[in-house]
Amino acid sequence: MESFKKVKSTVTPFDRVNVDTDQIIPKQFLKLIHKIGFGKFLFFNWRYDKNEQPISNFVLNDKKYNNSKIFVTRDNFGCGSSREHAVWALKDYGFDVIIAPSFADIFYSNCFKNGMLAIKIESKIVNKLMNLTSEIEVDLENQTIKTKTETTSFQIDSYKKKILLEGLDDITLTFQYLDKIADFEKKTIIPSVL
Amino acid sequence: MSQTLFEKIWESHVVVEKENGPSLLYIDRHLIHEVTSPQAFDGLRMKKRKVRRPDLTIATMDHNVPTSKRTLQIIDQTSAIQIQTLEKNCKEFCIKLFDMNSPYQGIVHVIGPQLGITLPGTTIVCGDSHTSTQGAFGAFAFGIGTSDIEHVLVSQTLWLETLKPFEIQIEGKIRNPFAITAKDIILSIIKNIGTDGGIGTVIEYRGQVITDLSMEQRMTICNMSVEAGARAGLIAPDQKTFDYLRGRKYTPKNYEDLVELWKDDLKSDPNAKFEKSFRLNVDDIAPQVSWGTNPAMTSDVTETVPSPEEFAKGDEIQQKNVEKALQYMDLKPGTDITDINIDRVFIGSCTNARLEDLIEASKVVKGKKVSKKVRAMVVPGSQMVKKEAEKMGLDKIFKEANFDWRESGCSMCLGMNPDILKPGERCASTSNRNFEGRQGAGGRTHLVSPVMAAAAAIVGHFVDVREMEIN
Repeated sequence: MESFKKVKSTVTPFDRVNVDTDQIIPKQFLKLIHKIGFGKFLFFNWRYDKNEQPISNFVLNDKKYNNSKIFVTRDNFGCGSSREHAVWALKDYGFDVIIAPSFADIFYSNCFKNGMLAIKIESKIVNKLMNLTSEIEVDLENQTIKTKTETTSFQIDSYKKKILLEGLDDITLTFQYLDKIADFEKKTIIPSVL
Repeated sequence: MSQTLFEKIWESHVVVEKENGPSLLYIDRHLIHEVTSPQAFDGLRMKKRKVRRPDLTIATMDHNVPTSKRTLQIIDQTSAIQIQTLEKNCKEFCIKLFDMNSPYQGIVHVIGPQLGITLPGTTIVCGDSHTSTQGAFGAFAFGIGTSDIEHVLVSQTLWLETLKPFEIQIEGKIRNPFAITAKDIILSIIKNIGTDGGIGTVIEYRGQVITDLSMEQRMTICNMSVEAGARAGLIAPDQKTFDYLRGRKYTPKNYEDLVELWKDDLKSDPNAKFEKSFRLNVDDIAPQVSWGTNPAMTSDVTETVPSPEEFAKGDEIQQKNVEKALQYMDLKPGTDITDINIDRVFIGSCTNARLEDLIEASKVVKGKKVSKKVRAMVVPGSQMVKKEAEKMGLDKIFKEANFDWRESGCSMCLGMNPDILKPGERCASTSNRNFEGRQGAGGRTHLVSPVMAAAAAIVGHFVDVREMEIN
């Protein structure tokens, strides 16, 4: 995974609450068996009409957000299905950062496995970011979001921060503990299935 | 120190503990299906890694499988490829697979308990959010993404941030247990705490009402924990739990010894501290019907569709959301729930397609006919459920009433197979998600219990099942 340091970009305001992963990536695209190319299907049913033509008032179809890497949205983003395809789609489309007051647990966890920084921040900050047209800078090392006029810090646990900053694969990390896993297996009382 | 059940299970599975960060937890059972696993197996192949414990890993195919005759070819090529990919991966990595022709095939969360794979006090994962269903057995069972599937395949462990124990006490007495079901209890809970009420928590459902429920009803409750935003839901195991799992295909040989260990230990201590708590009184609870595009947008069948202002209680963002939901659902505030006409009925899914669900629904259907305006189907949760139901003659009751009687699978809960709604069609569904397009692009889903779905099928619109004549 590539390492994540800073992202500077305009924000895409996505002013909806409880956005579920069925909307982020509808089920017909879950039949694909690879991780790549999901960006074109992102928010498919909200982005395109019946004839697969872009719906003009949908935010991703507004040219001014074309190169935005920062997605700002409302509470409980990514609720519902565990499909990691939702993160693959957002990342492949070009987003590197998602900012919201809260995220669904599985979605939040999936973000960090794919080099996506998910930032939980108070609603009043989200309100401000939603209305910004100028660029902002998200700095993971210093845990800050800088706008033209102010700097806000955000919280993130040190493990997730390290994974992103160093572009680590957590399987490699886990392999350091193989002896501990083997020890656990010796003492567990739960038998095999087969 | 006093501990909650969840804390006990967590503590007994910690392999590595870090001061500021996640713990490495051991995973006792890993269930796999065709949709979320292909990329995980690809990852293994790319890095030349092996599955650490194939003997703790079980696979089945459920999302894409057609529910029409099993002997027919799968027409959708992408579905066929996904199913073949699972077969190939299971063969290559020596994983036990219940394929489309197996008598044990079914929705992964339905077959886990039926086969005795699910056990109390264990950690269970699957690349599917409704893994929470199996928490009904006092297991910490939760959904994971594909990267985590890969992690569990290679290491049989997961890095996990701690979660907060959340107590939901269910009090009172259900007056009419035929009409007021586990589905109505869980929909009432979600309506009250919201779809984000459980974020960062594991819910423990407690109280006499829960104790009185059957194992299958407990599964319905735990199944929808994720719809309240919780990572998992669980219920302390008791005699019902231990009896349910005894003598099943994969119940361990030393089961009785395990039960001895579990029966005193697997419960929250009397003074255990929950970080969050909620109480629901079921004395006056009515059958529930969802009217919006998330499971919290639900009303009693005796009520009307609320206005956005009324529902949002001053929250502007929520109000906008409800306006969009009503527009999508083509419903006007003030409409009686019982005036909503339906086109389709789906009795199925990991929420409500177990034997008891079908028995209860069949009582409503027996001797009646599905309304001429409605197409209705029953999709048993597994081949085992289907066979048992057929032994009892339930298939005949449904077929005589003009229901379709299908093969097992996820089917129209999410429509990855050919069972989908057409744009604009309205469905009374026993599934768990009424999200936009969930059952087919443009389709409109109303979540209800199996008896409420059956009643709606007969009358052609929602009806209070308490007022139906039952044979």
